[in-house]
Amino acid sequence: MSQSHTNSHNHESHGSLKSYIIGFALSILLTIVPLVAVMNHMLGKTGTIVIILVTAVLQFVVQLFFFMHLKEGENARWNMMALIFGLIILLTIVAGSIWIMTYNSVVH
Amino acid sequence: MAHAISQAGHHHGHDHDHEHEHESLKTFGFWIFLITDCILFGSLFATYVVLHQNTNGGPTAEELFKMPGIIAETFILLTSSFTSGLAVLGMHKGNMKQLIGWLIITVLLGASFVGLELNEFIHMVNHEGASISTSAFLSAFFTLVGTHGLHVSVGLIWMIGLVIQLRRRGITTVTKRKVAVISLYWHFLDVVWIFVFSVVYLMGVM
Repeated sequence: MSQSHTNSHNHESHGSLKSYIIGFALSILLTIVPLVAVMNHMLGKTGTIVIILVTAVLQFVVQLFFFMHLKEGENARWNMMALIFGLIILLTIVAGSIWIMTYNSVVH
Repeated sequence: MAHAISQAGHHHGHDHDHEHEHESLKTFGFWIFLITDCILFGSLFATYVVLHQNTNGGPTAEELFKMPGIIAETFILLTSSFTSGLAVLGMHKGNMKQLIGWLIITVLLGASFVGLELNEFIHMVNHEGASISTSAFLSAFFTLVGTHGLHVSVGLIWMIGLVIQLRRRGITTVTKRKVAVISLYWHFLDVVWIFVFSVVYLMGVM
């Protein structure tokens, strides 16, 4: 009896076959779209960069929600907060480095 | 009674809940590790983006990257992320065969990814004269992509170890958490690769 109780307890954070297949299909699609755009030179320089970055971020979101089950499980809130905190640091490092190296070089 | 014996004897009712709580805390700890790893990769990406045009007369990204191999690597890794998810699904059904089967398929896909990547690196160094010391661009490139490849290789060893442990101990609260954690790690590596693919390769050849 206690066995079935703990089982229902454990059954929270793993999604279903359907959600995995949808996630997989979406991630394939989101890989092919920028690939086609780049290989056939379909858009201008800025357009291509935007397409590449937008599809990459969407892929990230797909993996987080369909595969890593960010919103499920008991620690979902904590996971989300840690992730947001991490992303803030990440963006600061990446955007800050690019910005300072591109526009603020005093040396030359 | 039968339950107590099958669960290695020492945890009954509320004890079991306590252990479950402990395991879920460990999973949360792994999320924190992943986020610090994210910051590590973020720094390497920032370095690469800043240095990628400093080729010092050596080969440029456009001359160097062979897209067919990279595309194959990308789809192999995407598929392995999916199969590691299927392993977790099998585990929650209590299906040992499915769990181990999908884990082994994931290992094979991961190994072919590492193989293709090593092949690409060896080709670059031997045939194009593009080694890690050729230019700032290549130093940043090999550090970023190599760190990801190293993560995948560590994941492979880890996963093989886990398959052995699963065969010995079966699906318990502890091995369940371990499978959940390695699948998180594997999805995370897939996410990092998506950004390597986008920022390094796609932007390199556009």
